[in-house]
Amino acid sequence: MSSSFDFTVVDQVLSANNNSSQYIIAILQDIQEHYRYLPREIVPYLSEKLGMSEAKIYSIATFYENFSFEPKGKYVIKVCDGTACHVRHSTPVLEALWKELGLSKEKHTTDDLMFTVETVSCLGACGLAPTMMVNEQVYAAMTPEKVLAVLEELRGRG
Amino acid sequence: MIKTQNELSIARNEAVKILGSYDCRILVCSGTGCIATGSNKIYEIFADLVRETPGVTLEFAPHDAKEHEELVGVKKTGCQGCCELGPLVRIQKGERVVQYVKVQPDDCKTIFEKSVLGDEIIESLLYHKAGEAFVRPDEIPFIAKQTRMVLENCGHFDSESLDEYIAAGGFKALEKAMFEMSRDDVIEEIDKSGLRGRGGGGFPAGRKWKQVASQKEPVRYVVCNGDEGDPGAFMDGSVMEGDPYKLIEGMMIAAYAVRAENGYIYVRAEYPMSVSRLKLAIKTLEERGLLGDNIMGTDFNFHMHINRGAGAFVCGEGSALTASIEGNRGFPRVKPPRTVEHGLFDKPTVLNNVETYANVPKIIEMGADWYRTIGTENSSGCKTFSLTGAIENTGLIEVPMGTTLREVIFDIGGGMKNGAEFKAVQIGGPSGACLTKEHLDMPLDFDTLKKVGAMVGSGGLVVMDESTCMVEVARFFMNFTQNESCGKCVPCREGTKRMLEILERIVAGEGRDGDIELLLELAETISATALCGLGKSAPSPVVSTIKNFRHEYEAHIYEKRCPAGACQKLKRFYIDPELCKGCSKCARQCPVGAISGKIKEPFSIDLEKCIRCGSCISACPFGAIKEG
Ligand SMILES: Cc1cc2nc3c(=O)[nH]c(=O)nc-3n(C[C@H](O)[C@H](O)[C@H](O)COP(=O)(O)O)c2cc1C
Ligand code: FES
Repeated sequence: MSSSFDFTVVDQVLSANNNSSQYIIAILQDIQEHYRYLPREIVPYLSEKLGMSEAKIYSIATFYENFSFEPKGKYVIKVCDGTACHVRHSTPVLEALWKELGLSKEKHTTDDLMFTVETVSCLGACGLAPTMMVNEQVYAAMTPEKVLAVLEELRGRG
Repeated sequence: MIKTQNELSIARNEAVKILGSYDCRILVCSGTGCIATGSNKIYEIFADLVRETPGVTLEFAPHDAKEHEELVGVKKTGCQGCCELGPLVRIQKGERVVQYVKVQPDDCKTIFEKSVLGDEIIESLLYHKAGEAFVRPDEIPFIAKQTRMVLENCGHFDSESLDEYIAAGGFKALEKAMFEMSRDDVIEEIDKSGLRGRGGGGFPAGRKWKQVASQKEPVRYVVCNGDEGDPGAFMDGSVMEGDPYKLIEGMMIAAYAVRAENGYIYVRAEYPMSVSRLKLAIKTLEERGLLGDNIMGTDFNFHMHINRGAGAFVCGEGSALTASIEGNRGFPRVKPPRTVEHGLFDKPTVLNNVETYANVPKIIEMGADWYRTIGTENSSGCKTFSLTGAIENTGLIEVPMGTTLREVIFDIGGGMKNGAEFKAVQIGGPSGACLTKEHLDMPLDFDTLKKVGAMVGSGGLVVMDESTCMVEVARFFMNFTQNESCGKCVPCREGTKRMLEILERIVAGEGRDGDIELLLELAETISATALCGLGKSAPSPVVSTIKNFRHEYEAHIYEKRCPAGACQKLKRFYIDPELCKGCSKCARQCPVGAISGKIKEPFSIDLEKCIRCGSCISACPFGAIKEG
C-alpha cells in the first residue's frame, strides 16, 4: 500500500455510506467524483475497511462503464451517440472534438489532463439532438463549429 | 409537520391560499432540454428583475408581503414539452397563460415590463405556425392534441415544491388509499384499472402487486426502475425531474398496498438532475413527516432510497437492477425464481417502471372505471413518448394508448422536418423495431405492436427520413447491444459480435451473398437461447429492418450502393461536367491524388483511388462535386 496516499476523502466517503459494502457502487462513485477517477491505492484500503475482497471490488469497478482507473481530464466531455443524436449527425461532432484535441477512439484524455472525450448513449435531451455534456452541463444542438467554440470557452476558463 | 390526515388538509388549504395570492407567476421550464439551451440564466434574470423592482415582491415570503404589493412568483417547472423551442417561459395570471418560446436573456426585461407588470402580449415571442400565432400553451397543436395525465403537472408548477404538489391535489390519492381503502382494495383497484407496466413488457401491475402481497415473507420491497437505458428516450427522466412527488406518491401507494417499508429508485447515471430533484423531494417529505415512521399517525412506515446507476444498460433488466442495488455486478439471472418472490435482497419485490408508478395516484383518486375510459380495451390509460429525429417538433408527449402513429407524427409532431419524406420510425430502442409507412394508421398499444414484431418499449420514437440508411441503423443498434452485453451468456456475448461484424462489413461495401440469411439465422438462435431480455431482443432491429427494407441490404451487398447515400464507405463522388470550370482546386486538395484533368476543362475522379474523405467538396467553389 502506498504510504503517501491520503485517505481522508475515502474515509469521509465511507462514513457517509455507513461503511457498508452494500453501498460499494455509491462509494466508488463518490470517490471518483472527488478524484475524477479511481486511484488504485483505494482498492486494498476499501477491501480492508469493507471486508470484501479486492477481486470483488475490481470486478465491480470494471463492470460498470462509468468507473475508470485512468486519470480523467478536468473537463469530461460526453458526446451523445444515442439514437436521436445519431440520426441527427452526432458523429461529425465527435470527430471534430477528436481532431481538435488529438484524441481518438483509443485515446480519450489529453496529455495535459484538461479534456477527456467519451461517448454516451443518451443524455435525456434528445429533443435537442445532437447533444453533449461537459461535466454535468448539457449542451444542445451541437455542430462541429459550435463544439470548437465550447472548447475555446473551456480553455479560457482554464 | 404533517402528522395526521387533518394536518395534510390544513397544509393543502394553506398552500392553495398562498398560490392563489399570486398576481402573476413566471414559469421557466427547467427540464434537461431547456436548461441546455440556457433556461437557468433566464430564471435568474427574472428573479433579479422581480427583486429589484419596487412594489413587486418575489414569491419566497408571500406572508410578509405588504399591502398593495404585487406578488410575482418565479418558478422552475418540469418539461413544458416542446424542447426544441426552448428556453420556454409561461406567464400565468390566474387562468390566463401566455406561452413564450425561444426566450433569450435580452427578452426578459421586455417580457417583465410588458407582460408581467403590464398585460401586453409580445407577438414576436409567441409560437408561430403557418403564419398563425398561438398565445396559450394548450392552443399550440403540439400540446392541444395530447392528453396529459402522467405529465399533467409538468410545466405547470415548481417541480421542487411540495406545497405546489399538495395544492394541485397531490397526496389525495395516498390519503384515500390509507384512510378509505383496505390494502386489498388498493391492489384490486389497480388490477381492475388494467394498468400495464410502462417499462417495456406491459405486464399487468395489479397482478404483480397481488403476487407480492400474497408472499409469506413479511419483508417486502418496492423498487422503481428509473434506468431508462433506451437511447433516444427521456420520458422517465422528465417525470423524475418534472414531478418527483407524483412518482414517490405512486411508490408509497404500492408500498402501503404490499406492506413494504423500504423503497428504492434506481436512476441512470446520466440523469444528475433527476437524482438531485428526487433527493430534495425525499428530504422535504421526511422533514414534513410524509416519509418515515407512522405516516399520518398510522402504522404505515416507509423509507426511500436513491441508487445511481453507473453506466450499464443491462441494469435496466429487473434482476440485474436488484443485483446492482445490492452492491454487485449487474448480472441478470435465470428466472424463475421471479422478482415478486425473490427480488431485492432475496425478498418479495414490486419492481415497476417510473411511468407505471406515476399512473397510480390518478387511478386511486379517480377510480379504475374512469381510468379504463382512456386508451384501448387491453391497453388502458395514456403513454408518454419522446418524439425525436427528423421531425418538425421534437419533445415530450403523452397520448391515450391506441393513438395512431400518423396522429403522433403528423398532428402532434407537425410532420417531417424540412418537408422530407417519412421513411420509418424506430420504436422501443435497441430491443425494438422499425415501423414504416404501412404502419402509420396502426394504433399504438401493447398488443398491436407486438403483433408486428415491435414493442412499445420505453417509448422512444425516433423518426427517420430518406437520408437515414436502415442497414446503418441496424448496425448502430447492434453495436449498442454488443457493447452492453454483460457477457454472462454465450449467445448474447458471441452472437451479437458475429452479427455486428456482418453488419459492419455490409455498410463498408464488403457484404457477401448469404449475409442476409446468416443474419436471420443468428438472430433466431440468439433470440431463442439468450439468458435475459437484452440478448433475446437484441436481433430485433436487424430482423425488422430486413423485413421492411430488404432491398436496402441487397443494394449494399450486391450493388455496393447505399440508397440513402449515408454510408461513408459507399459514397461515390463525381464531378458534374456542366458545373466544373476546370480550376484544379479540388485536385490540389485531394490527399490521394485521385482527381485529374486539364485546366479549364472538366476534371474527373478516379474511384479506385478515392478514399471518400469529401475534402474536394469543400474545395470546389462551384459546387460541381456531387455524391451519388
Ligand atoms: C436489457 C433490458 C433493459 C431494460 N431496461 C429498462 C429500463 O431502462 N427501464 C425500465 O423501466 N424497464 C427496463 N427493462 C424492463 C424491466 O426488466 C422490467 O420489466 C420493468 O422495469 C418492470 O416494470 P413495469 O412492469 O412497470 O414496466 C429492461 C429489460 C431488459 C431486458
Ligand atoms: S439520444 Fe442523445 S440525448 Fe438522447
